[in-house]
Amino acid sequence: MSDNRDKEQGLGNESSAGAGGGAGAGLGVGTGTVASTHQRRTPAPPAGRLIDSPPFPAAAARLIGNQTLRANMRHATHTIRAKRAKVAAELPNWEQLRQAGAQIKDRLGRHLDYYLEQLEANLIANGAQVHWAADADEANRIIIELVKAQDVDEVVKIKSMVTQEIEMNEALEAAGIAAWETDLAELIVQLGHDRPSNILVPAIHRNRDEVREIFLREMKLYGKPAPEDLDNEPAHLAAAARAHLREKFLRAKVAISGANFCVADTGTLVIVESEGNGRMCLTLPDVLISVTGIEKLVPTVEDLEVMLQLLPRSSTGERMNPYTSMWTGVTPGDGPQEVHVVLLDNGRSRVLADPEGRAALRCIRCAACMHSCPVYERVGGHAYGSVYPGPIGAILSPQLRGINDAVDKSLPFASTLCGACAEVCPVKIPIPDILVHLRHRIVEEVKRKHLGLERFLMGVAGWAMARGRRFGRLGKLAGVARRLTGREYLRRLPGPAHNWTRARDLRMPPKQSFRSWWKKEHG
Amino acid sequence: MPDKPKITPKVAIFATCINDVMFPETVIATVQLLERLGCTVEFPVEQSCCGQMFTNTGYFREGLGCVRSYVEAFSGYEYIVGPSGSCVTAVRDQHPMLAAQSGDAGLAAAVDDVVRHSYELTEFLCDVLEVEDVGAVFAHKVTYHLTCHSLRFARLGERPLRLMSKVRGLELIELEGFDQCCGFGGTFCVKNPDVSADMASCKAGYAVDTGAEYLVSLDNACLLNIGGVLHRAGSSLKPIHLAEILACGEGGL
Ligand code: SF4
Repeated sequence: MSDNRDKEQGLGNESSAGAGGGAGAGLGVGTGTVASTHQRRTPAPPAGRLIDSPPFPAAAARLIGNQTLRANMRHATHTIRAKRAKVAAELPNWEQLRQAGAQIKDRLGRHLDYYLEQLEANLIANGAQVHWAADADEANRIIIELVKAQDVDEVVKIKSMVTQEIEMNEALEAAGIAAWETDLAELIVQLGHDRPSNILVPAIHRNRDEVREIFLREMKLYGKPAPEDLDNEPAHLAAAARAHLREKFLRAKVAISGANFCVADTGTLVIVESEGNGRMCLTLPDVLISVTGIEKLVPTVEDLEVMLQLLPRSSTGERMNPYTSMWTGVTPGDGPQEVHVVLLDNGRSRVLADPEGRAALRCIRCAACMHSCPVYERVGGHAYGSVYPGPIGAILSPQLRGINDAVDKSLPFASTLCGACAEVCPVKIPIPDILVHLRHRIVEEVKRKHLGLERFLMGVAGWAMARGRRFGRLGKLAGVARRLTGREYLRRLPGPAHNWTRARDLRMPPKQSFRSWWKKEHG
Repeated sequence: MPDKPKITPKVAIFATCINDVMFPETVIATVQLLERLGCTVEFPVEQSCCGQMFTNTGYFREGLGCVRSYVEAFSGYEYIVGPSGSCVTAVRDQHPMLAAQSGDAGLAAAVDDVVRHSYELTEFLCDVLEVEDVGAVFAHKVTYHLTCHSLRFARLGERPLRLMSKVRGLELIELEGFDQCCGFGGTFCVKNPDVSADMASCKAGYAVDTGAEYLVSLDNACLLNIGGVLHRAGSSLKPIHLAEILACGEGGL
């Protein structure tokens, strides 16, 4: 792994990776995790690791000028935003549901040890095998061993954020195992040598012309080709994907999934989806391996009543998702006869230990926060250098990964704190508050190490503002500045303030402050 | 006939630092409006700033001086009124957190008390004075930008619209994306300049499209941002704080 922290280089690098190359939206950092001599089974994703991505402002500056991306994102986020608002407004008890959702997840967090052991016991009692993974490497090792034990070299996959988080596909690829994505959008991303840019709609940054091109170019390299006369009609694109995937479904002996919910008191796992590909993966293969973050539990089966109302309305804007699959261990003679559950920590217990930051673990991955976010809408998910983009990514990724790398130090600042995210979050995560909390943690860390201009300015300003009379005297200087420049607006400023005047003029203060006026009138 | 205020109490005005120095006309208008409605207005000189620039950038300790000065200036007042959804929200939502973090129990208790008496201007008018028609005259076309802090944090709801609907001569034109952030975001505008500038010009563009003469809002920081774009573009659309409209009598601006 080359340590490419050079932002300029990272930004200037159009990513072109692997067979068929040419990912549109990767940020081109570092080198691949799979040795280049290795004969790949699946399309190569963009080179480099997400953690080595440039800081958010640099990535955003590059992506914001991409007009196709802008148009795709704007259309998609505005459509789904409106759908969510409509179906959420239909329920008179929506606010109570959100409150309940938050409370269920908080209860889980308070007694996580208890519920995890309860889940494990119930899974085992129902014939499942449970594995514990402290981090991504351990999870991948476990999964690879389980697949290899079946003597197969491919698996089918249900879309899952946690497998993205642990970069499982690449770990399997390195072990000679092909992981085939079966969700339509994930298939587009995989065949496009791309990365997902949204946790719900992974290919939200692509339009149908781009999808058609990808299918025509890539499908034939990895299985059943797309029909040569494929056009950009959504139904035809879906049909091509269905045909391409069908042979993989029928062939696969092993499926890998995540889980939307794991019910502790019954040992039941739940997956909600729209396309039926998940149902295929959960029922056709002999072996099912489900990997899930330890925050995905809910204490009781009754809690699903709340969660299964909140999730579809918040995510796809549907009253109910088309497919809801639930399974409790092994059902003899029906479906997979070998069922594994890998419980993953990967930083979650550290997040839980932070009273101010832990609410991020309530997240049910609905993506409503990113769809409502004016910043995300402009730059797309790839600007965030993290599997989890948008507002939740800005609070979750730095916490999960530990705030060490440049990208994680920039993410909590990638927000105007406008609050649109918190307003829609179905489990009421106070995202702006957590952003501010993480900013504080980052600033405290910086303070320990060096001085810097920002810290100096904040120190001076803090002193100036600490006493009203002092502030009043200093405020007079603003009036003096106005008299000296003689201008009502300034067009150009030096230093960091240049970032303001690049796009807008700065109104100058008038000659007399309110304080002076008051003194004259009332003093 | 303008509404008669339910009560006419003594009011401490929270000017906010940005209005004090950059937009004194807004605070003057607030004073004149409250006095016209019969209130007695005082200006405690120990006040400075809500401190949100520090807090929101992660500089909690640097913001503590603002918390102390707010307590010093306003303790004991029954009604503290500020013409800014954003600054009043910072006081109500962040001062208790900053005080708790400082470990100063006395300060935390004082903060708890003083924030309960802090009102944004339209809250004070609609909820305490219980007026909607304040006798204002403003015969112009305006469009209204809901600032994020007024909308989602201070939760002012319909109050500003109710007040505007009673202003004689005022014609309100709906702003497309009225609830979308203008991209100011405090230090966001210098830390993420590209995204911020894009959001600001988007907002300014929609505002110009309305054909209104004035762009009204409850936060001058947002108007500083949008207004800067408008000025650069040579637009004749003028930013204005709602307090200035409400203070307008027969004589006009
Ligand atoms: S933070 Fe809330 S809104 Fe965002 S994805 Fe998670 S649950 Fe959904």
